[in-house]
Amino acid sequence: MRVVYPFSAIVGQEEMKLAILMAAIDPGLGGVMVFGDRGTGKSTAVRALAALLPQMTAVKGCAYHCDPQRDAGRCAGDCGAMVGETVLISTPLVDLPLGATEDRLVGALDLERALTRGEKRFEPGLLARAHRGFLYIDEVNLLEDHLVDLLLDVAASGENVVEREGLSVRHPARFVLVGSGNPEEGELRPQLLDRFGLSVEVKTPKDLAARVDVVRRRDAFDRDPQGFVARWAAADADVRDQILAGQARLATVQVSDAILEAASRLCMSLGSDGLRGELTLMRAARAYAALKGAETVALEHLRAISPMALRHRLRRNVLDETGSTVRIERAITELFAA
Amino acid sequence: MSEGDQFGAAPAVRGKTASVWNEAGLAAALFAIDPISLRGVVVRAGAGPVRDAWVELVRRLLPPDAPIRRIPLNVEDDRLLGGLDLAASLSLGRAVAQNGLLAACDGGVAILPMAERMEDGVGARLAAALDHGEVAVEREGLGLRLAARLGVIVLDEGATPEEHPPSALVERVAFWLDLNELGHRDLRELGYDAPDIEAARRRLVRQPAPGYAIIEGLCAAAQIYGVESIRAPLLALQVARAHAALKDRDEVTADDAAIAARLVLGPRATTAPDADPAETPPEPPPPEPPPEPPPPGAESEETRAREDETPPDLDPTDSQTEDTAATDLVIDAIKAALPTDLLAQVKAAKLARAPAARTRGEGATTPSQRRGRPIGARQGALRPGDRLNLPATLRAATPWQKLRTARADGALIQVRQEDFRIRRFIQKSESTTIFVVDASGSAAFQRLAEAKGAVELLLAKAYVSRTRVALIAFRSTEAELLLAPTRSLTRAKRQLAELPGGGGTPLALAMDQALALAEAEKAKDRRPLLVFLTDGRANIGRSGASGRAAAEGEALEAASRIGAAGIGAVFVDTSPRPQPNGDRFAKAMGGVYAPLPYVNADAMAGLIDNVKSLRP
Repeated sequence: MRVVYPFSAIVGQEEMKLAILMAAIDPGLGGVMVFGDRGTGKSTAVRALAALLPQMTAVKGCAYHCDPQRDAGRCAGDCGAMVGETVLISTPLVDLPLGATEDRLVGALDLERALTRGEKRFEPGLLARAHRGFLYIDEVNLLEDHLVDLLLDVAASGENVVEREGLSVRHPARFVLVGSGNPEEGELRPQLLDRFGLSVEVKTPKDLAARVDVVRRRDAFDRDPQGFVARWAAADADVRDQILAGQARLATVQVSDAILEAASRLCMSLGSDGLRGELTLMRAARAYAALKGAETVALEHLRAISPMALRHRLRRNVLDETGSTVRIERAITELFAA
Repeated sequence: MSEGDQFGAAPAVRGKTASVWNEAGLAAALFAIDPISLRGVVVRAGAGPVRDAWVELVRRLLPPDAPIRRIPLNVEDDRLLGGLDLAASLSLGRAVAQNGLLAACDGGVAILPMAERMEDGVGARLAAALDHGEVAVEREGLGLRLAARLGVIVLDEGATPEEHPPSALVERVAFWLDLNELGHRDLRELGYDAPDIEAARRRLVRQPAPGYAIIEGLCAAAQIYGVESIRAPLLALQVARAHAALKDRDEVTADDAAIAARLVLGPRATTAPDADPAETPPEPPPPEPPPEPPPPGAESEETRAREDETPPDLDPTDSQTEDTAATDLVIDAIKAALPTDLLAQVKAAKLARAPAARTRGEGATTPSQRRGRPIGARQGALRPGDRLNLPATLRAATPWQKLRTARADGALIQVRQEDFRIRRFIQKSESTTIFVVDASGSAAFQRLAEAKGAVELLLAKAYVSRTRVALIAFRSTEAELLLAPTRSLTRAKRQLAELPGGGGTPLALAMDQALALAEAEKAKDRRPLLVFLTDGRANIGRSGASGRAAAEGEALEAASRIGAAGIGAVFVDTSPRPQPNGDRFAKAMGGVYAPLPYVNADAMAGLIDNVKSLRP
């Protein structure tokens, strides 16, 4: 197991960190897409999350680490029969490497069983491993189109249906999809972008002090990973507590009609397509309020998360040089000028 | 010392190339000390004795047990990453993994030939291995994490600034060398020995953490020289550490930082401090900043700067220990080490900017019978020209072996028709729309603005159709490729931010360049479409001479060559009233003539869509 760089040691990049924490608090948000320059720590931040995620309860012995309350009996294993016994396991963060084949992603025939015993048995794939956790794709714009389509379908339905090699298997696969990429490598299809709940843009820090910190910490980490992680363990633990508190509070955070109306008006004035924008806006504001320890969603919460919830949903006006972020902020100021 | 002088070349030139070789040798030595932290070297040079000598030098300095493997261009994933060893799996009756080349390079160096033709996908796989020191294999029923701590030698034979290795890879390696200027007589023995390097390697392990001033100085220098990526100062820091070890120093000094900055930040520089363009030399400088370093060994004369000795306090609650005087010392040393005419060199050296402007996208094709991208396997009969997906086929056959072997005649495995799995490829019909825009005269601004609008409109609509767009502008005596074929709207916006205008109309020149670009796109399996935006009033010939009649004759001839090459063309006549000339050019090109006196981006994009849908 390789040592990952601590989340709390990442310098700056507040919006990216915030989006990742919100996705951890509310997995239903629909995932995060991180766009940005090279070398801005996109993949570092996502991988760092693995060390932060709280443990979760799962059916003991279930290959899909099913939720005893929610999934029991729905998975392809026999966890329905095993309910009663549970274990605490760490929340999975699964990396989908470039070059992954479809059989590994969705699962396939267990080759070894077939070879040794002539027996047909399903070997779960990465989608099963990511169930109830995170699935991370670096360089998402380099991923094969057919894998992207497959992923989006499963992410939307929460279920993986496998019909191949004479196997017919279905199992729950609910995960938070996190993608990262560099827009210079080519644009993403709008349909794909729209599936991500939040979208953040990261830039190389320009401030010298911040850059020095990045280099110092990275160098210190490379020289002594364990020692570095140990020094940041307390700070990471604080972030973990924040996630736990946010998760616990999420269900009770109230959203008033006034906030819902404000969200609708914002989407209308921006002409963002579809209902997804409004829904995400509401959920994201709630996750943000939970993270901040608030009991009800306030306008300032909505304001804070609007850019990341909407910027990838605006219809592009190519002859308007203004970036999406600026357009959203302008609309917010116009609508909610108090 | 400079032995090059006796060969009759101008001493200044010989001195320059000698210093390039010194610098390349120093980079080789530093890389050999710590290939894993320094990540790699891009060597831009044609195949030949110079490049061979450099690679041989690295080979000689690396530890004898370090693996050095060549990774063929656009290697398939099963060889690069690893996968299932079918033969062993079948004979042993269990899944046996086969390591890929990346894992085979663990602890050593991978050599990547012809990297300028490497696909971005392969570059990204290499970049991931460099970042994590391991390779993640999720293939063919296997999920493995294999150690792959390695450095790369990226052999770049790119001839033009547009040809370069994948930027994801280039950005991650410490050294960018350009040996194109060197001949074999520059190849002097540099006096690096494997035992010295081994000793340096041992010293590096014991070296204390570099001082705050070194780190701050390198970061500040990166900003001064306009190096945006944060990886550059990080790599420079590793180079400084290796250099201190090479020079038998106990800790990193300002001199080490200066040399690291020269090697790492120099080639990446986009600006220079106190740059005065008037002072730049008139002759075009060589494509790589050839700094004038002291020959190895001369460092004894260098002033030794004592560092701020406070170790960096890296607790989350740290307060920064800032010592501006020590940092300034480092920055001054760096400024002194970088060539004074850096900016001029940077401007000429497109290499430094090239990684941000890579032309090829994932659509680049490899010349083979294989076409398009693999999209898995399907069941079916094997027809001529199909490629069998052997692992999938065997996997399909495997479960039935017990049943089949009952009637078998000793065959190890029985494969039947219904097991066949055929590789599937999809070939997207990709196209490249090349705008050729008249930037001459007074209407230039309007035409360029609308052409730019049309470029962006087409790109915005092009997500699914995978259209690439390029733009050539022509004025006075030149035709310039302002936007190399791209699918990225982000890039187009940035590169077309400023467009020059004014001057005469060298139409023939523009047509020649458009044809050359169209042929290049065709060679990459993309369908080119030329869109000319001009009033057709050619008045500058190929030679640069003014004269309407001659220029029009040349343009007509160039147009018929486009026609002969069978390249699709649209001639958008922007003159206030349609001209017979425009129609003639369009006919000669075998293209469409479209008078559009009030050029407008929407109308143009619509027109291009129409033309495309008409073509088969």
